[in-house]
Amino acid sequence: MEAKLMKGNEALAEAAIQAGCDAYFGYPITPQSEVLEYLAVEMPKHNRIVMQAESEVASINMVYGAAGAGFRAMTSSSSPGISLMAEGISYLAGAELPCLLVNVNRAGPGLGTIQPGQGDYFQATKGGGHGDYRMIVLAPASVQEMADHVFLGFDLADKYCNPVMILSDGAIGQMMEKVVFQPYIHNKVDKPWATVGKPASRNRNFITSLHIRPEDMEVQNQKLLDKYNLMRKQEVRYEEFQTEDAEYLFVAYGLSSRICQKAVDLAREKGIKVGLFRPISLFPFPYQRLEVLASQVKLMLSVELNTGQMVEDVQLAVKGKVPVEFYGRLGGMIPTPEEVLLHLEKLMQ
Amino acid sequence: MPTEELLLPETTVTASCGAECAIETYEEVYRKPATLVDVNMHYCPGCAHSLIHKLIMEVVEDMDIQEKTIGIAPVGCSVFAYDYMDIDMQEAAHGRAAAVATGVKRLMPDKYVFTYQGDGDLAAIGIGETIHAVNRGENILIVFVNNAVYGMTSGQMAPTTLNGMKTTTSPNGRSAELTGLPIKVAELMAQLGGAYFVTRQTISSPNAVRRTKKALLQAFQYQTLKKGTCFIEILSNCPSNWKMTPIESMKFIDEEMAKTFPLGDIKVPVTINTKTEGGIQ
Ligand SMILES: Cc1ncc(C[n+]2csc(CCOP(=O)(O)OP(=O)(O)O)c2C)c(N)n1
Ligand code: SF4
Ligand SMILES: [Mg+2]
Repeated sequence: MEAKLMKGNEALAEAAIQAGCDAYFGYPITPQSEVLEYLAVEMPKHNRIVMQAESEVASINMVYGAAGAGFRAMTSSSSPGISLMAEGISYLAGAELPCLLVNVNRAGPGLGTIQPGQGDYFQATKGGGHGDYRMIVLAPASVQEMADHVFLGFDLADKYCNPVMILSDGAIGQMMEKVVFQPYIHNKVDKPWATVGKPASRNRNFITSLHIRPEDMEVQNQKLLDKYNLMRKQEVRYEEFQTEDAEYLFVAYGLSSRICQKAVDLAREKGIKVGLFRPISLFPFPYQRLEVLASQVKLMLSVELNTGQMVEDVQLAVKGKVPVEFYGRLGGMIPTPEEVLLHLEKLMQ
Repeated sequence: MPTEELLLPETTVTASCGAECAIETYEEVYRKPATLVDVNMHYCPGCAHSLIHKLIMEVVEDMDIQEKTIGIAPVGCSVFAYDYMDIDMQEAAHGRAAAVATGVKRLMPDKYVFTYQGDGDLAAIGIGETIHAVNRGENILIVFVNNAVYGMTSGQMAPTTLNGMKTTTSPNGRSAELTGLPIKVAELMAQLGGAYFVTRQTISSPNAVRRTKKALLQAFQYQTLKKGTCFIEILSNCPSNWKMTPIESMKFIDEEMAKTFPLGDIKVPVTINTKTEGGIQ
């Protein structure tokens, strides 16, 4: 396989084409506009649909329409745009429509800055939209994973009839790295529920999240819960780096995991036994593996580009067995590996 | 409305007492379209949502396009439309039907796609999606049911509430100073390049109903031409929240609503010189 040098956002867009994405709807916002721009050129060549919508509200609802008709549909945006999509994401989850959503996270709140951030962890993993729903959240840490997660994300969306979100950040979206596109086979799943027009041979299909009778709503909520529990069982993904003998553990995802990986190298040079635990699925979160590691290490340090969000999940995971500390840079500022290690060293004393 | 002679297979039946009874043959003058599910509707007595549902389903039946039709009904009293229309449907978030319909139609350009939206839905929260869908000339039909209030949430002021009209949120009557004048949505849509056929009809009398049905039929037929959006505003009633009897509410449409919202075609295809009966009034 030939390696290509590509920007994260472009690799993601190219993967969407190769994954057989039928339709992309989006609205420009830095730092992810390359996705729409790339697809505006490439999608028509494949007779696929690409549209610049009038807003993120419209994009997500176009995705709803296309997904409801049984097509592979996606949208991408960055933080403020994802906030606008929140209602639509809730409807997609409620109506159980498979689709791929991408958030190339920038720092906030409000208009914030266009520099990378991880402040949307809570929004992505704990809701964001209203009501009691979950979606699988994948956190790429490289340009390669920006592509890989598109294939994985579409397949998982189909498997669970649920939206899947790729939660990236401005740095992973903008950086250039080598990427290899593995041949992908799109195993099309049957979508007998799709609204494609009702033939005489079947009852009508309708896509809805409305269950006005509480008795019915509870049944639907229970069905969703069973599905989310199945995700929790089957879709936990993570990566470990030098954890075998680690006495201290960084926990980080996306861009911060890249920084921590360097910090591990620096620490090892100094003879400090540090490892890195990188959640790849932020929902479902790898609670169990972290709990196991808790009995091995002396301290865990959650490194994030926010004021401390994932750290709460790490704390939940270790059940108080080991101290969990937090280090974060804010506002689009990115820590150096030295800075992260220095912080760990202070905590070690 | 389809009329056909209902010919029964046998002209006599045997009654339980054993006697042979003759059955008369009747001429069928009315029946519900088969595309309308035979259940009780949840609409208030005299509410025209049910009538408008029936008209759309009659057109779907007459054109024999049940297999190719997808409807979108967002939030409003008609959010349950999929319980009544025997076609594939999508429920949409409040105001977003035009965007959802865009998603459906762009991927299935040869299907018939329509939205069914109230005035709160289309003209308030969803005016943006509507304007852009029409401006792009999405090849869909938008059925805009204007009853001048938010029916579902029990009668609050809508963008189409008449000047001076009392609602629960304009208890002293809508004031232009505070909340502007009612939006003439059909006229607004007709300004947009992508609009192909724009008309305003009503259901306040049998003749008006026939005209509305004709407009719906035309609009569905136009969809195959792929020349742009068809937009049919239908002046409708909300007897419950208007606090009127159904008959009073029909009079109110004719005598009050139609003054603010003149009936008739607003934009007709230039190449095809057809107008719905009644023309511009
Ligand atoms: C985001 C959002 N805001 C508000 C509502 C509450 N709501 C439901 S229907 C409705 C207005 C419906 O009025 P209209 O569209 O005119 O339809 P009608 O019931 O009159 O036919 C509102 C405000 C909602 N469902 N979603
Ligand atoms: S509230 Fe009004 S619009 Fe809704 S069903 Fe009753 S009469 Fe019809
Ligand atoms: Mg209304």
